[in-house]
Amino acid sequence: MLQKLGLIIFIAAFGLFIGTLGMNNYTLTDEILEKNFKEEALFDAKIELASMVDQSYSNSYTFTNELSEGIKQLNKVYNAQQAWDKKIYEDTILSIVKSSANGYLVDNKGFMFFLTFGMAIFGALLFILPEAQKPAGIKNNGIYFNPAMTRKWLGICIGTFFISFYIALYFKPQYIANWTMLIDPVSKLINGGEASRWFMYGFLYTISVLVMGIRYIIKYRHSKYQIIRTLSIMFFQTCIAFILPEIMSNLNLPSADLKNMWPLDYSFFFNYRLDKLLTSGAFGIFLLVWGIALFVVGVPVMVYFFGKRWYCSWVCGCGGLAETLGDPFRQLSDKSLKAWKIERYLIHGVLAFAIIMTIGVLYTYFTGSYTLLGFIPTESLKSSYGFLIGSIFSGVVGTGFYPLMGNRVWCRFGCPLAAYLGIIQRFKSKFRITTNGGQCISCGNCSTHCEMGIDVRAYAQKGQDIVRSSCVGCGVCSAVCPRGVLNLENAETDSRIMIAPDVLLGNLMEK
Amino acid sequence: MQHVVIIGNGISGITAARHIRKQSDCKITVISGETDHFFSRTALMYVYMGQMKFEHTKPYEDWFWEKNRIELKRAWVKTIDFEEKKLYFRLPNNIDKEAKIGGSISYDKLILALGSTPNKFGWKGQNLAGVQGLYSYQDLKSLEETTPRIKKAVIVGGGLIGVELAEMLHSRGIEVTFLVRENSFWNTVIPPEESTLISRHIKENHINIKFSSELDEIIGDENGQVKAIKTKNGDEIECQFVGLTVGVNPNISLLKVPQGNMIGREKPAFVLGVGGIKLNLGILVNEYLETNIPDVYAIGDCVEHENPQKGRKKLEQIWYTGRIMGETIARTITGKRTKYQPGVFFNSAKFFDIEYQTFGQVPAELPEDTKTFYWEHSSGRICVRINYTAENQAVTGMNTFGIRMRHEVWDEWISSAKRIEYVLENLSKANFDPEFFKQHEAEILKKYNTETGSSLTLKSKKGIFSKIF
Repeated sequence: MLQKLGLIIFIAAFGLFIGTLGMNNYTLTDEILEKNFKEEALFDAKIELASMVDQSYSNSYTFTNELSEGIKQLNKVYNAQQAWDKKIYEDTILSIVKSSANGYLVDNKGFMFFLTFGMAIFGALLFILPEAQKPAGIKNNGIYFNPAMTRKWLGICIGTFFISFYIALYFKPQYIANWTMLIDPVSKLINGGEASRWFMYGFLYTISVLVMGIRYIIKYRHSKYQIIRTLSIMFFQTCIAFILPEIMSNLNLPSADLKNMWPLDYSFFFNYRLDKLLTSGAFGIFLLVWGIALFVVGVPVMVYFFGKRWYCSWVCGCGGLAETLGDPFRQLSDKSLKAWKIERYLIHGVLAFAIIMTIGVLYTYFTGSYTLLGFIPTESLKSSYGFLIGSIFSGVVGTGFYPLMGNRVWCRFGCPLAAYLGIIQRFKSKFRITTNGGQCISCGNCSTHCEMGIDVRAYAQKGQDIVRSSCVGCGVCSAVCPRGVLNLENAETDSRIMIAPDVLLGNLMEK
Repeated sequence: MQHVVIIGNGISGITAARHIRKQSDCKITVISGETDHFFSRTALMYVYMGQMKFEHTKPYEDWFWEKNRIELKRAWVKTIDFEEKKLYFRLPNNIDKEAKIGGSISYDKLILALGSTPNKFGWKGQNLAGVQGLYSYQDLKSLEETTPRIKKAVIVGGGLIGVELAEMLHSRGIEVTFLVRENSFWNTVIPPEESTLISRHIKENHINIKFSSELDEIIGDENGQVKAIKTKNGDEIECQFVGLTVGVNPNISLLKVPQGNMIGREKPAFVLGVGGIKLNLGILVNEYLETNIPDVYAIGDCVEHENPQKGRKKLEQIWYTGRIMGETIARTITGKRTKYQPGVFFNSAKFFDIEYQTFGQVPAELPEDTKTFYWEHSSGRICVRINYTAENQAVTGMNTFGIRMRHEVWDEWISSAKRIEYVLENLSKANFDPEFFKQHEAEILKKYNTETGSSLTLKSKKGIFSKIF
């Protein structure tokens, strides 16, 4: 009953959240243009957008669309003139849209924030918390009857929403300007300024991890491993990824997500970031050294002792979202041998791409030359990586496809850091998932609920340890096993059983 | 090239096929009328509860069989001619719409892995619509068809499948009444303390469990659909579904021939079935899993051992023994005649949220020469029992509920007759619970010390850092 009410409140708040996109009126003024355009482009802009100025628009889409078209025309001209410095980017358009808005939402940001985010969180918690009254233990009943979790209509709707959201966020943020407005009160509180699209994204991300983290903890509350691991994810997302960088920039320091590292943080060695760190004194140098030490020393040492799980399912932001918001979709990952083959080509391909791209970027940084080895154009390498991997793969596909291909699409097929961590886990680590003698009954719960698409059962039923580069150590196979067969363990590297025994434990027949 | 034919694609038959393929190049055909591919029978419950799809219960992808040259044939066997070494398939008919193939097939070696079938004890109304057991894929299908329309169900028989069926129906919001003949759950198999613990847990999950109740008859309505049951105490319970889970018996109807009037005759040790094959409750086999007919073997649930190993039963119808027989018979078929020699007994189950493992022998009633140590956590959901010989304190068996234990360690402790004190001092070595789980070894040891006046101390702790470094 309470849960139904919670669901209704959540859906209403979510509907209103979508509705806010069309809530404002818009009037473009000369002042706004002057504020947002560089001097050299202002004259052109005033001419190009003359028909819009001082007109009142009640439809946000018409306004945003007309504005975007106008700016597209301007950019066309600048492209033709090769006047790169005059070009206008999404953030400027977003800022114009925001400044032009007026109406109920603009005047009542705080109240609207409460009605959308506040009520959505309240509704979600009302839906989630009563689960704690049921007996603790694995309860996956009915997930295959649920249209959201089985690629049925609701799953497709959710996927479409995620995909549209990411496309708008990365490429057309002006269309979701009102959402950044909703977050302004929070942004003012934390850093005194208005919310950028990335602040809005970070906030939404953190809220998702926290609310769905609570859901996860309740669902797996019989397992201390799952509780501690999820608290860790929630902590790293909230404090290290979201709040700490804001504090840094409040203190006028270069801000950084201290747990993010190259090659996942693919722009770490980009010239503008290196310049910023190198010119920011001791703290900048610290960030540079920290960032390099993390992947040069931190990764091999930690993976050797604990497996890649120390990062992928305890610390990482992408992993954090996958484990919390993505948990309802974990069973959708493809377990076939074919999927495994594709996975290995793709993920190692992306790692190679990231390495070559970074070498190119650093080569340009140090030599000033824009062609590596005489034929590799470093700038287009950089921009195509950013577009294809940074935006499309990790965002649009990585999260957008949760309800279609499972919650670890990016981590499994695309993340170059996961590939790097995985290589060490596979060849030099104490970590493995052990199989408990001959006790497997081949039921398949482990494989079904493995988010990385590992056919865990294939190992368990022949008494072989699971040593796979992709395993993120979430521990769910062990949790769902009805016979206590699987356990995540660290022990001597050479004690991992890599070759299945001839017959399983429990058979004393003569050899 | 010899042709090995296996009837039955369950865990025994498939294990045999896989191991024969590993060790030889002979032609292998596996016949099943139940499904196209091997699936895990134990996972049918999860399909019904919506945790998995049927596809997920298949331990091997569909290409596996062709790649390993294991031919699969979907058909029901009608009869076997052991003289001619030939199987005849049932023709397709209305009852078996899925049995497509007629005709016959010849074999050089035949392995019977026929499985078992739910017991029905001749109750009045046992064939009404809405009355069924839970064993086969077809049982799952009929359960899926019947139960969406029902509100109340009665389950008869307090064993493992009974609890599973109760959990399944309960997950779909069906009110379940559970009739158990004994006065506590499963107490013919597990000792009273464990039985009490599980009985409590079943009740905790809102299953209406009625002890000391036996089914008298099942009452149908005018459409031949069950509408109630009557117990021997005379209670009538309204229900639209009756689950019969009073154990299973070897599925050997294929081999049986009419035996004439048995009344007044002493029960013989065996009867002869089709082609003279020796049957009793199951297909009788010697320690090599050979039947009395040359080149015909039997494994798994359908087997009755003529001379079981000391301490083992003639019929042991569990997943693990089926698999061990499959592994063993493969050796024999591929040229090395090998005795069936299961090691230390082990089994496992899960009752709602409580996992159960057992190693060695822990009978319901304590044998005279055996002592027992039992510890139960204050939550009433976790317990450990260890049996040991009175004479030299060697451990003989262990039950654990709610703590995962390492099979390998207990196998070694029991087979090498380690003393109880050694086992308790080193109990952490057997702990297989996930990291960060509370460990109970110290508390367990304390109880033993108090009871026996000893002063044992823990020799090792599992702790996360002791394992990393």
